[in-house]
Amino acid sequence: MIEVKNLTKKFGSLTAVNNLSFIVNRGEVLGFLGPNGAGKSTTMRMITCFLTPTSGTASVNGFDVLNNPVDVRKQFGYLPENAPVYPDMTVESFLKFIGEMRGFSGTELKKRVDDTIEKCFLKNVKHQTIDTLSKGYKQRVCFAQAILHDPPVLILDEPTDGLDPNQKHEVRQLIKKMGEEKCVILSTHILEEVDSVCSRAIIIAKGQIVADGTPAKLRAMSKLHGAVTLSIHRVAKDSVIPFLASLPDVYHAERIGEKNNANVYRVFPKENKNIAHHIASAVREKKWEVEEFNIEEGRLDEVFRNVTTK
Amino acid sequence: MFHYIKSIVKREIKGYFNSPVAYVFIVIFLILCGFFTFNVSNFYEARIADLRAFFVWHPWLFLFLIPSIAMRLWAEERRSGTIEILLTLPVTTGQAVIAKFIAAWIFVGIALALTFPLVITVFYLGNPDVGAIITGYLGSFFLAGAYLSIGSFTSALTRNQVIAFILAVVFCLFLVLAGWPPVTSALSKFASAGFINFVAALSFMPHFESMQRGVIDSRDIIYYLSVIAFMLFANTAVLNSRKSG
Repeated sequence: MIEVKNLTKKFGSLTAVNNLSFIVNRGEVLGFLGPNGAGKSTTMRMITCFLTPTSGTASVNGFDVLNNPVDVRKQFGYLPENAPVYPDMTVESFLKFIGEMRGFSGTELKKRVDDTIEKCFLKNVKHQTIDTLSKGYKQRVCFAQAILHDPPVLILDEPTDGLDPNQKHEVRQLIKKMGEEKCVILSTHILEEVDSVCSRAIIIAKGQIVADGTPAKLRAMSKLHGAVTLSIHRVAKDSVIPFLASLPDVYHAERIGEKNNANVYRVFPKENKNIAHHIASAVREKKWEVEEFNIEEGRLDEVFRNVTTK
Repeated sequence: MFHYIKSIVKREIKGYFNSPVAYVFIVIFLILCGFFTFNVSNFYEARIADLRAFFVWHPWLFLFLIPSIAMRLWAEERRSGTIEILLTLPVTTGQAVIAKFIAAWIFVGIALALTFPLVITVFYLGNPDVGAIITGYLGSFFLAGAYLSIGSFTSALTRNQVIAFILAVVFCLFLVLAGWPPVTSALSKFASAGFINFVAALSFMPHFESMQRGVIDSRDIIYYLSVIAFMLFANTAVLNSRKSG
Protein backbone atom coordinates (compact mmCIF):
# COMPACT_ATOMS: atom_id res chain seq x y z
CA MET A 1 0.00 0.00 0.00
CA ILE A 2 1.23 3.48 -0.83
CA GLU A 3 0.22 6.41 1.28
CA VAL A 4 1.14 9.93 0.19
CA LYS A 5 0.63 12.66 2.76
CA ASN A 6 0.83 16.38 1.96
CA LEU A 7 3.76 15.68 -0.31
CA THR A 8 5.42 18.87 -1.57
CA LYS A 9 8.52 19.39 -3.65
CA LYS A 10 10.01 22.72 -4.57
CA PHE A 11 12.91 23.29 -6.93
CA GLY A 12 14.00 26.80 -6.08
CA SER A 13 10.97 28.97 -6.67
CA LEU A 14 9.18 26.32 -8.71
CA THR A 15 6.69 24.16 -6.87
CA ALA A 16 6.72 20.88 -8.78
CA VAL A 17 4.44 18.97 -6.42
CA ASN A 18 2.06 20.87 -4.22
CA ASN A 19 0.60 19.28 -1.11
CA LEU A 20 -0.37 16.00 -2.75
CA SER A 21 -2.22 13.33 -0.76
CA PHE A 22 -3.61 10.01 -1.88
CA ILE A 23 -3.67 6.34 -0.98
CA VAL A 24 -3.24 3.38 -3.29
CA ASN A 25 -4.33 -0.02 -2.00
CA ARG A 26 -3.36 -3.54 -2.90
CA GLY A 27 -5.27 -4.71 -5.95
CA GLU A 28 -5.44 -1.26 -7.39
CA VAL A 29 -3.76 -0.05 -10.57
CA LEU A 30 -3.57 3.69 -10.28
CA GLY A 31 -3.09 5.68 -13.46
CA PHE A 32 -1.22 8.86 -12.84
CA LEU A 33 -2.18 11.35 -15.52
CA GLY A 34 -1.20 14.88 -16.24
CA PRO A 35 0.38 17.10 -18.83
CA ASN A 36 4.17 17.19 -19.13
CA GLY A 37 5.70 18.91 -16.15
CA ALA A 38 2.66 18.33 -13.94
CA GLY A 39 4.79 16.62 -11.29
CA LYS A 40 4.17 12.93 -12.08
CA SER A 41 7.80 11.86 -12.22
CA THR A 42 8.74 14.06 -9.28
CA THR A 43 6.05 12.42 -7.15
CA MET A 44 7.27 8.96 -8.14
CA ARG A 45 10.84 9.93 -7.40
CA MET A 46 9.84 10.97 -3.92
CA ILE A 47 7.95 7.74 -3.28
CA THR A 48 11.02 5.78 -4.44
CA CYS A 49 13.29 7.88 -2.18
CA PHE A 50 15.25 9.18 -5.12
CA LEU A 51 14.26 12.71 -4.20
CA THR A 52 13.62 14.01 -0.71
CA PRO A 53 10.32 15.87 -0.25
CA THR A 54 10.48 19.54 0.70
CA SER A 55 7.65 18.82 3.10
CA GLY A 56 5.13 16.07 3.72
CA THR A 57 5.96 12.41 3.39
CA ALA A 58 4.97 9.12 1.81
CA SER A 59 5.01 5.56 3.02
CA VAL A 60 5.16 2.24 1.22
CA ASN A 61 3.76 -0.80 3.06
CA GLY A 62 4.11 1.14 6.28
CA PHE A 63 7.75 2.18 5.78
CA ASP A 64 8.31 5.89 5.70
CA VAL A 65 10.41 7.39 2.90
CA LEU A 66 12.10 9.81 5.27
CA ASN A 67 12.93 7.38 8.07
CA ASN A 68 13.33 4.01 6.35
CA PRO A 69 14.41 4.60 2.76
CA VAL A 70 16.21 1.27 2.43
CA ASP A 71 13.19 -0.69 3.69
CA VAL A 72 10.92 1.30 1.40
CA ARG A 73 13.09 0.35 -1.56
CA LYS A 74 12.76 -3.33 -0.74
CA GLN A 75 8.99 -3.05 -1.21
CA PHE A 76 8.83 -1.85 -4.79
CA GLY A 77 10.04 -2.36 -8.29
CA TYR A 78 10.62 0.86 -10.13
CA LEU A 79 10.72 1.68 -13.81
CA PRO A 80 12.15 5.20 -14.13
CA GLU A 81 11.23 7.53 -16.95
CA ASN A 82 13.09 6.80 -20.20
CA ALA A 83 14.03 3.36 -18.88
CA PRO A 84 17.70 3.88 -18.04
CA VAL A 85 19.80 0.69 -18.12
CA TYR A 86 23.56 0.11 -18.07
CA PRO A 87 24.46 0.18 -21.76
CA ASP A 88 27.64 -1.90 -21.49
CA MET A 89 25.98 -4.95 -19.93
CA THR A 90 24.18 -7.83 -21.56
CA VAL A 91 20.50 -8.23 -20.76
CA GLU A 92 21.18 -11.35 -18.74
CA SER A 93 24.05 -9.96 -16.70
CA PHE A 94 22.12 -6.77 -15.98
CA LEU A 95 19.15 -8.74 -14.65
CA LYS A 96 21.51 -10.93 -12.67
CA PHE A 97 23.01 -7.85 -11.07
CA ILE A 98 19.55 -6.57 -10.16
CA GLY A 99 18.67 -10.01 -8.79
CA GLU A 100 21.74 -9.99 -6.57
CA MET A 101 20.86 -6.54 -5.33
CA ARG A 102 17.42 -7.89 -4.51
CA GLY A 103 19.01 -10.53 -2.34
CA PHE A 104 18.82 -13.60 -4.57
CA SER A 105 21.69 -16.00 -5.18
CA GLY A 106 22.49 -19.40 -6.65
CA THR A 107 19.73 -21.37 -8.35
CA GLU A 108 17.01 -19.05 -7.07
CA LEU A 109 18.75 -16.14 -8.79
CA LYS A 110 19.09 -18.07 -12.03
CA LYS A 111 15.45 -19.11 -11.94
CA ARG A 112 14.24 -15.56 -11.28
CA VAL A 113 16.33 -14.18 -14.12
CA ASP A 114 15.20 -16.88 -16.54
CA ASP A 115 11.54 -16.50 -15.59
CA THR A 116 11.65 -12.74 -15.96
CA ILE A 117 13.39 -12.98 -19.32
CA GLU A 118 10.62 -15.34 -20.41
CA LYS A 119 7.85 -13.14 -19.07
CA CYS A 120 9.15 -10.01 -20.75
CA PHE A 121 9.85 -11.67 -24.12
CA LEU A 122 13.58 -11.03 -23.94
CA LYS A 123 14.78 -14.55 -24.66
CA ASN A 124 16.21 -13.88 -28.08
CA VAL A 125 18.24 -10.88 -26.93
CA LYS A 126 19.44 -12.09 -23.56
CA HIS A 127 23.09 -12.32 -24.59
CA GLN A 128 23.02 -9.00 -26.40
CA THR A 129 24.60 -5.84 -25.02
CA ILE A 130 21.87 -3.43 -23.97
CA ASP A 131 23.56 -0.76 -26.05
CA THR A 132 22.63 -2.58 -29.23
CA LEU A 133 18.94 -2.94 -28.41
CA SER A 134 16.10 -0.86 -29.82
CA LYS A 135 14.11 1.48 -27.61
CA GLY A 136 11.29 -1.01 -27.14
CA TYR A 137 13.64 -3.72 -25.95
CA LYS A 138 15.42 -1.36 -23.56
CA GLN A 139 12.06 -0.40 -22.15
CA ARG A 140 11.23 -4.06 -21.57
CA VAL A 141 14.62 -4.76 -20.00
CA CYS A 142 13.96 -1.96 -17.56
CA PHE A 143 10.47 -3.28 -16.95
CA ALA A 144 11.93 -6.74 -16.33
CA GLN A 145 14.29 -5.21 -13.79
CA ALA A 146 11.31 -3.78 -11.92
CA ILE A 147 9.33 -7.02 -11.64
CA LEU A 148 12.21 -9.47 -11.15
CA HIS A 149 11.78 -9.78 -7.38
CA ASP A 150 7.98 -9.95 -7.58
CA PRO A 151 7.57 -6.86 -5.37
CA PRO A 152 4.30 -6.04 -3.63
CA VAL A 153 4.41 -2.52 -5.07
CA LEU A 154 5.16 -1.45 -8.63
CA ILE A 155 5.98 2.12 -9.60
CA LEU A 156 6.13 2.56 -13.34
CA ASP A 157 6.93 5.84 -15.04
CA GLU A 158 5.53 5.65 -18.57
CA PRO A 159 5.90 1.88 -18.88
CA THR A 160 4.73 1.64 -22.49
CA ASP A 161 6.72 4.57 -23.85
CA GLY A 162 8.48 3.60 -27.06
CA LEU A 163 6.77 0.24 -27.47
CA ASP A 164 4.97 -0.77 -30.66
CA PRO A 165 1.22 -1.51 -30.42
CA ASN A 166 1.74 -5.25 -29.94
CA GLN A 167 4.31 -4.77 -27.22
CA LYS A 168 2.09 -2.17 -25.59
CA HIS A 169 -0.71 -4.68 -25.48
CA GLU A 170 1.53 -7.36 -23.95
CA VAL A 171 2.94 -5.07 -21.30
CA ARG A 172 -0.53 -3.79 -20.40
CA GLN A 173 -1.82 -7.33 -20.00
CA LEU A 174 1.14 -8.07 -17.77
CA ILE A 175 0.53 -5.00 -15.62
CA LYS A 176 -3.17 -5.72 -15.40
CA LYS A 177 -2.54 -9.26 -14.27
CA MET A 178 0.01 -8.20 -11.69
CA GLY A 179 -2.29 -5.45 -10.52
CA GLU A 180 -4.73 -8.02 -9.17
CA GLU A 181 -2.48 -8.80 -6.23
CA LYS A 182 -0.12 -5.83 -6.16
CA CYS A 183 -0.34 -2.14 -5.65
CA VAL A 184 0.60 -0.42 -8.89
CA ILE A 185 1.13 3.21 -9.81
CA LEU A 186 1.78 3.98 -13.43
CA SER A 187 2.13 7.32 -15.08
CA THR A 188 1.09 7.85 -18.63
CA HIS A 189 -0.25 10.41 -20.97
CA ILE A 190 -1.86 7.85 -23.19
CA LEU A 191 -5.50 7.97 -22.21
CA GLU A 192 -6.47 4.64 -23.76
CA GLU A 193 -4.01 3.07 -21.35
CA VAL A 194 -6.12 4.23 -18.44
CA ASP A 195 -9.11 2.38 -19.85
CA SER A 196 -7.28 -0.80 -20.61
CA VAL A 197 -5.19 -1.09 -17.44
CA CYS A 198 -6.17 1.17 -14.59
CA SER A 199 -8.81 0.60 -11.96
CA ARG A 200 -8.47 4.18 -10.88
CA ALA A 201 -6.96 7.37 -12.23
CA ILE A 202 -5.66 10.56 -10.74
CA ILE A 203 -5.19 13.59 -12.92
CA ILE A 204 -2.68 16.13 -11.66
CA ALA A 205 -1.89 19.55 -13.00
CA LYS A 206 0.65 22.01 -11.61
CA GLY A 207 1.45 19.58 -8.82
CA GLN A 208 -2.10 19.22 -7.53
CA ILE A 209 -4.82 16.63 -7.90
CA VAL A 210 -7.58 17.91 -10.16
CA ALA A 211 -9.52 14.67 -10.59
CA ASP A 212 -9.55 11.29 -8.86
CA GLY A 213 -11.75 8.29 -9.58
CA THR A 214 -12.42 5.22 -11.69
CA PRO A 215 -12.07 5.76 -15.43
CA ALA A 216 -15.88 5.60 -15.69
CA LYS A 217 -16.30 8.22 -13.02
CA LEU A 218 -13.80 10.51 -14.68
CA ARG A 219 -15.57 10.05 -17.95
CA ALA A 220 -18.83 11.07 -16.28
CA MET A 221 -17.23 14.46 -15.67
CA SER A 222 -17.33 15.02 -19.39
CA LYS A 223 -20.10 17.29 -20.58
CA LEU A 224 -20.75 14.70 -23.23
CA HIS A 225 -21.62 12.13 -20.59
CA GLY A 226 -25.18 10.90 -21.01
CA ALA A 227 -25.73 12.79 -24.24
CA VAL A 228 -27.52 10.95 -27.01
CA THR A 229 -26.26 11.06 -30.55
CA LEU A 230 -28.68 9.94 -33.24
CA SER A 231 -29.04 10.26 -36.97
CA ILE A 232 -32.43 10.64 -38.60
CA HIS A 233 -33.28 10.24 -42.27
CA ARG A 234 -35.59 12.38 -44.36
CA VAL A 235 -36.85 14.80 -41.75
CA ALA A 236 -36.08 18.50 -41.90
CA LYS A 237 -33.81 19.56 -39.13
CA ASP A 238 -35.96 22.59 -38.35
CA SER A 239 -38.71 20.35 -37.09
CA VAL A 240 -36.43 17.81 -35.36
CA ILE A 241 -34.39 20.14 -33.15
CA PRO A 242 -37.28 21.92 -31.38
CA PHE A 243 -38.99 18.57 -30.90
CA LEU A 244 -35.92 16.95 -29.30
CA ALA A 245 -35.31 20.00 -27.16
CA SER A 246 -38.87 19.87 -25.84
CA LEU A 247 -38.56 16.33 -24.48
CA PRO A 248 -38.42 15.91 -20.69
CA ASP A 249 -35.02 16.39 -18.98
CA VAL A 250 -33.43 17.56 -22.20
CA TYR A 251 -31.14 20.53 -21.75
CA HIS A 252 -30.17 21.22 -25.32
CA ALA A 253 -30.29 19.68 -28.80
CA GLU A 254 -28.19 20.47 -31.84
CA ARG A 255 -27.30 19.18 -35.25
CA ILE A 256 -23.67 18.21 -35.37
CA GLY A 257 -23.29 17.02 -38.94
CA GLU A 258 -24.40 14.68 -41.65
CA LYS A 259 -23.68 11.05 -42.29
CA ASN A 260 -24.98 8.85 -45.13
CA ASN A 261 -27.49 11.57 -46.14
CA ALA A 262 -28.93 11.63 -42.64
CA ASN A 263 -28.73 14.53 -40.22
CA VAL A 264 -26.83 13.72 -37.03
CA TYR A 265 -28.10 15.30 -33.83
CA ARG A 266 -26.74 15.43 -30.35
CA VAL A 267 -29.06 15.84 -27.38
CA PHE A 268 -27.65 16.90 -24.01
CA PRO A 269 -29.48 15.99 -20.79
CA LYS A 270 -30.08 18.17 -17.78
CA GLU A 271 -27.63 17.37 -15.05
CA ASN A 272 -27.30 13.62 -14.39
CA LYS A 273 -30.61 12.77 -16.04
CA ASN A 274 -31.10 9.77 -18.25
CA ILE A 275 -32.79 10.90 -21.44
CA ALA A 276 -32.15 8.00 -23.75
CA HIS A 277 -35.47 6.23 -23.13
CA HIS A 278 -37.48 9.45 -23.59
CA ILE A 279 -35.85 10.08 -26.91
CA ALA A 280 -36.11 6.49 -28.05
CA SER A 281 -39.84 6.23 -27.39
CA ALA A 282 -40.58 9.72 -28.77
CA VAL A 283 -38.76 9.04 -32.00
CA ARG A 284 -40.51 5.69 -32.34
CA GLU A 285 -43.91 7.37 -31.97
CA LYS A 286 -42.98 9.83 -34.70
CA LYS A 287 -42.01 6.86 -36.89
CA TRP A 288 -38.82 8.63 -37.91
CA GLU A 289 -36.22 6.51 -39.63
CA VAL A 290 -33.32 6.34 -37.15
CA GLU A 291 -30.06 5.01 -38.47
CA GLU A 292 -27.80 5.37 -35.44
CA PHE A 293 -28.48 5.79 -31.78
CA ASN A 294 -25.66 6.18 -29.27
CA ILE A 295 -25.49 7.07 -25.63
CA GLU A 296 -22.23 8.89 -25.04
CA GLU A 297 -20.13 7.72 -22.10
CA GLY A 298 -18.06 10.84 -22.13
CA ARG A 299 -14.52 11.16 -23.31
CA LEU A 300 -11.40 11.06 -21.18
CA ASP A 301 -9.44 13.34 -23.44
CA GLU A 302 -12.10 15.99 -23.10
CA VAL A 303 -12.13 15.66 -19.30
CA PHE A 304 -8.34 15.69 -19.28
CA ARG A 305 -8.25 18.89 -21.31
CA ASN A 306 -10.92 20.51 -19.17
CA VAL A 307 -9.31 19.85 -15.82
CA THR A 308 -5.71 20.47 -16.83
CA THR A 309 -6.10 23.72 -18.73
CA LYS A 310 -8.07 25.69 -16.19
CA MET B 1 25.07 -4.81 3.46
CA PHE B 2 28.41 -6.27 2.30
CA HIS B 3 26.72 -8.37 -0.30
CA TYR B 4 25.24 -5.23 -1.86
CA ILE B 5 28.67 -3.64 -2.00
CA LYS B 6 30.12 -6.82 -3.42
CA SER B 7 27.48 -6.99 -6.16
CA ILE B 8 28.05 -3.37 -7.18
CA VAL B 9 31.83 -3.82 -7.15
CA LYS B 10 31.47 -6.88 -9.37
CA ARG B 11 29.19 -5.05 -11.77
CA GLU B 12 31.48 -2.06 -11.97
CA ILE B 13 34.58 -4.10 -12.67
CA LYS B 14 32.76 -6.07 -15.33
CA GLY B 15 31.68 -2.70 -16.71
CA TYR B 16 35.28 -1.57 -17.03
CA PHE B 17 36.29 -4.62 -18.96
CA ASN B 18 33.17 -4.60 -21.12
CA SER B 19 34.11 -1.21 -22.46
CA PRO B 20 37.24 -0.06 -24.23
CA VAL B 21 38.02 2.28 -21.31
CA ALA B 22 39.84 -0.44 -19.38
CA TYR B 23 42.06 -1.55 -22.21
CA VAL B 24 42.94 1.93 -23.39
CA PHE B 25 43.74 2.95 -19.83
CA ILE B 26 45.94 -0.05 -19.11
CA VAL B 27 47.83 0.14 -22.38
CA ILE B 28 48.47 3.87 -22.10
CA PHE B 29 49.49 3.50 -18.46
CA LEU B 30 51.98 0.75 -19.25
CA ILE B 31 53.42 2.55 -22.25
CA LEU B 32 53.89 5.76 -20.30
CA CYS B 33 55.41 3.91 -17.34
CA GLY B 34 57.87 2.24 -19.69
CA PHE B 35 58.67 5.45 -21.52
CA PHE B 36 59.38 7.49 -18.41
CA THR B 37 61.28 4.75 -16.65
CA PHE B 38 63.56 3.77 -19.49
CA ASN B 39 63.75 6.79 -21.78
CA VAL B 40 63.47 9.70 -19.38
CA SER B 41 64.90 8.35 -16.14
CA ASN B 42 67.50 6.24 -17.96
CA PHE B 43 66.85 3.20 -15.84
CA TYR B 44 69.71 1.16 -17.32
CA GLU B 45 72.32 3.89 -17.21
CA ALA B 46 71.66 4.45 -13.52
CA ARG B 47 72.95 0.94 -12.87
CA ILE B 48 70.95 0.64 -9.66
CA ALA B 49 68.67 -2.32 -9.16
CA ASP B 50 65.66 -0.55 -7.71
CA LEU B 51 62.40 0.90 -8.97
CA ARG B 52 62.81 4.52 -7.87
CA ALA B 53 63.06 5.57 -11.49
CA PHE B 54 59.67 3.93 -12.05
CA PHE B 55 57.74 5.11 -8.99
CA VAL B 56 58.94 8.69 -9.11
CA TRP B 57 56.71 9.34 -12.11
CA HIS B 58 53.53 8.00 -10.60
CA PRO B 59 52.24 11.19 -8.97
CA TRP B 60 52.43 12.86 -12.40
CA LEU B 61 51.11 9.99 -14.48
CA PHE B 62 48.25 9.49 -12.07
CA LEU B 63 47.48 13.17 -12.22
CA PHE B 64 45.98 12.70 -15.69
CA LEU B 65 45.19 9.02 -15.84
CA ILE B 66 43.29 8.60 -12.57
CA PRO B 67 40.85 11.48 -13.17
CA SER B 68 40.13 9.96 -16.58
CA ILE B 69 38.94 6.80 -14.83
CA ALA B 70 37.19 8.62 -12.01
CA MET B 71 35.37 11.19 -14.14
CA ARG B 72 32.78 8.72 -15.32
CA LEU B 73 31.98 7.26 -11.90
CA TRP B 74 28.98 9.48 -11.12
CA ALA B 75 28.81 11.88 -14.04
CA GLU B 76 28.07 8.99 -16.38
CA GLU B 77 25.43 7.50 -14.08
CA ARG B 78 23.70 10.84 -13.96
CA ARG B 79 23.96 11.54 -17.65
CA SER B 80 22.54 8.16 -18.64
CA GLY B 81 19.97 8.18 -15.82
CA THR B 82 21.12 4.82 -14.43
CA ILE B 83 21.73 6.57 -11.13
CA GLU B 84 17.97 6.39 -10.71
CA ILE B 85 18.12 2.61 -10.93
CA LEU B 86 21.17 2.32 -8.69
CA LEU B 87 19.97 4.64 -5.95
CA THR B 88 16.46 3.17 -5.81
CA LEU B 89 17.83 -0.30 -5.13
CA PRO B 90 17.91 -1.16 -1.43
CA VAL B 91 21.30 0.46 -0.78
CA THR B 92 22.27 3.67 0.92
CA THR B 93 24.07 6.35 -1.06
CA GLY B 94 27.15 5.81 1.07
CA GLN B 95 27.29 2.11 0.23
CA ALA B 96 26.99 2.86 -3.47
CA VAL B 97 29.76 5.48 -3.25
CA ILE B 98 32.07 3.08 -1.41
CA ALA B 99 31.32 0.24 -3.82
CA LYS B 100 32.00 2.28 -6.93
CA PHE B 101 35.19 3.63 -5.39
CA ILE B 102 36.44 0.18 -4.40
CA ALA B 103 35.79 -1.11 -7.91
CA ALA B 104 37.76 1.72 -9.47
CA TRP B 105 40.56 1.21 -6.98
CA ILE B 106 40.74 -2.50 -7.72
CA PHE B 107 40.86 -1.68 -11.40
CA VAL B 108 43.78 0.71 -10.92
CA GLY B 109 45.40 -1.95 -8.74
CA ILE B 110 45.15 -4.38 -11.65
CA ALA B 111 46.82 -1.84 -13.95
CA LEU B 112 49.55 -1.33 -11.37
CA ALA B 113 50.04 -5.07 -10.97
CA LEU B 114 50.54 -5.38 -14.71
CA THR B 115 53.83 -3.49 -14.37
CA PHE B 116 55.27 -6.69 -12.85
CA PRO B 117 57.77 -7.21 -15.73
CA LEU B 118 59.73 -4.30 -14.27
CA VAL B 119 60.01 -6.13 -10.99
CA ILE B 120 61.25 -9.21 -12.82
CA THR B 121 63.74 -7.02 -14.67
CA VAL B 122 65.30 -5.57 -11.52
CA PHE B 123 65.51 -8.99 -9.95
CA TYR B 124 67.20 -10.25 -13.09
CA LEU B 125 69.66 -7.37 -13.07
CA GLY B 126 70.63 -7.39 -9.44
CA ASN B 127 69.59 -7.72 -5.84
CA PRO B 128 66.93 -5.09 -5.21
CA ASP B 129 65.52 -4.21 -1.81
CA VAL B 130 62.32 -6.25 -1.73
CA GLY B 131 60.87 -4.14 1.08
CA ALA B 132 61.31 -0.93 -0.89
CA ILE B 133 59.56 -2.43 -3.91
CA ILE B 134 56.62 -3.57 -1.80
CA THR B 135 56.25 -0.24 -0.01
CA GLY B 136 56.76 1.54 -3.33
CA TYR B 137 53.80 -0.30 -4.84
CA LEU B 138 51.79 0.19 -1.68
CA GLY B 139 52.52 3.91 -1.71
CA SER B 140 51.58 4.12 -5.35
CA PHE B 141 48.36 2.23 -4.72
CA PHE B 142 47.35 4.49 -1.85
CA LEU B 143 48.22 7.57 -3.85
CA ALA B 144 46.00 6.29 -6.65
CA GLY B 145 43.23 5.72 -4.11
CA ALA B 146 43.48 9.29 -2.88
CA TYR B 147 43.37 10.64 -6.45
CA LEU B 148 40.41 8.38 -7.21
CA SER B 149 38.46 9.56 -4.20
CA ILE B 150 38.96 13.15 -5.33
CA GLY B 151 37.93 12.23 -8.87
CA SER B 152 34.87 10.42 -7.60
CA PHE B 153 33.88 13.51 -5.63
CA THR B 154 34.29 15.90 -8.57
CA SER B 155 32.43 13.43 -10.76
CA ALA B 156 29.43 13.71 -8.44
CA LEU B 157 29.44 17.48 -8.81
CA THR B 158 28.48 17.52 -12.48
CA ARG B 159 26.99 15.41 -15.22
CA ASN B 160 29.67 16.70 -17.57
CA GLN B 161 32.65 14.37 -17.59
CA VAL B 162 35.04 16.96 -18.99
CA ILE B 163 34.33 19.32 -16.12
CA ALA B 164 34.67 16.45 -13.65
CA PHE B 165 38.05 15.60 -15.21
CA ILE B 166 39.42 19.13 -15.09
CA LEU B 167 38.27 19.72 -11.53
CA ALA B 168 39.89 16.48 -10.43
CA VAL B 169 43.19 17.30 -12.16
CA VAL B 170 43.33 20.75 -10.57
CA PHE B 171 42.36 19.45 -7.16
CA CYS B 172 44.98 16.70 -7.28
CA LEU B 173 47.61 19.04 -8.68
CA PHE B 174 47.00 21.38 -5.79
CA LEU B 175 47.54 18.58 -3.30
CA VAL B 176 50.68 17.45 -5.11
CA LEU B 177 52.14 20.94 -5.07
CA ALA B 178 50.77 22.09 -1.73
CA GLY B 179 54.12 21.88 0.06
CA TRP B 180 56.15 23.30 -2.82
CA PRO B 181 57.81 26.68 -1.98
CA PRO B 182 56.26 28.65 -4.90
CA VAL B 183 52.81 27.57 -3.70
CA THR B 184 53.47 28.31 -0.04
CA SER B 185 55.00 31.69 -0.84
CA ALA B 186 52.03 32.58 -3.05
CA LEU B 187 49.73 31.67 -0.17
CA SER B 188 51.82 33.59 2.36
CA LYS B 189 50.69 36.89 0.78
CA PHE B 190 47.22 36.51 2.22
CA ALA B 191 47.16 33.56 4.63
CA SER B 192 48.50 33.08 8.12
CA ALA B 193 51.54 30.92 8.75
CA GLY B 194 49.39 28.39 10.57
CA PHE B 195 47.14 27.99 7.56
CA ILE B 196 50.08 27.61 5.20
CA ASN B 197 51.55 24.90 7.40
CA PHE B 198 48.18 23.18 7.38
CA VAL B 199 47.96 23.30 3.59
CA ALA B 200 51.54 22.15 3.21
CA ALA B 201 50.83 19.25 5.52
CA LEU B 202 47.99 18.16 3.24
CA SER B 203 50.38 17.57 0.37
CA PHE B 204 50.62 14.09 -1.10
CA MET B 205 54.32 14.27 -1.78
CA PRO B 206 55.99 13.81 1.64
CA HIS B 207 53.77 10.78 2.26
CA PHE B 208 54.48 9.38 -1.16
CA GLU B 209 58.22 9.91 -0.93
CA SER B 210 58.65 8.33 2.47
CA MET B 211 57.00 5.16 1.22
CA GLN B 212 59.25 5.14 -1.83
CA ARG B 213 62.21 5.05 0.50
CA GLY B 214 60.96 1.76 1.90
CA VAL B 215 59.49 3.18 5.05
CA ILE B 216 55.98 2.28 6.10
CA ASP B 217 54.82 4.83 8.57
CA SER B 218 51.34 4.32 9.95
CA ARG B 219 50.91 8.11 9.70
CA ASP B 220 51.23 7.91 5.92
CA ILE B 221 48.64 5.16 5.69
CA ILE B 222 46.34 7.06 8.04
CA TYR B 223 46.85 10.17 5.93
CA TYR B 224 45.79 8.44 2.72
CA LEU B 225 42.88 6.67 4.36
CA SER B 226 41.61 9.90 5.86
CA VAL B 227 41.84 11.71 2.52
CA ILE B 228 39.87 8.88 0.94
CA ALA B 229 37.33 8.75 3.77
CA PHE B 230 36.83 12.50 3.71
CA MET B 231 36.40 12.68 -0.07
CA LEU B 232 33.97 9.76 -0.14
CA PHE B 233 32.01 11.36 2.66
CA ALA B 234 31.86 14.60 0.69
CA ASN B 235 30.91 12.58 -2.38
CA THR B 236 27.98 11.03 -0.51
CA ALA B 237 26.94 14.40 0.85
CA VAL B 238 26.89 15.89 -2.66
CA LEU B 239 24.73 13.06 -3.99
CA ASN B 240 22.37 13.28 -1.02
CA SER B 241 22.07 17.03 -1.28
CA ARG B 242 21.02 16.63 -4.88
CA LYS B 243 18.06 14.57 -3.69
CA SER B 244 16.68 17.49 -1.80
CA GLY B 245 17.65 19.93 -4.58
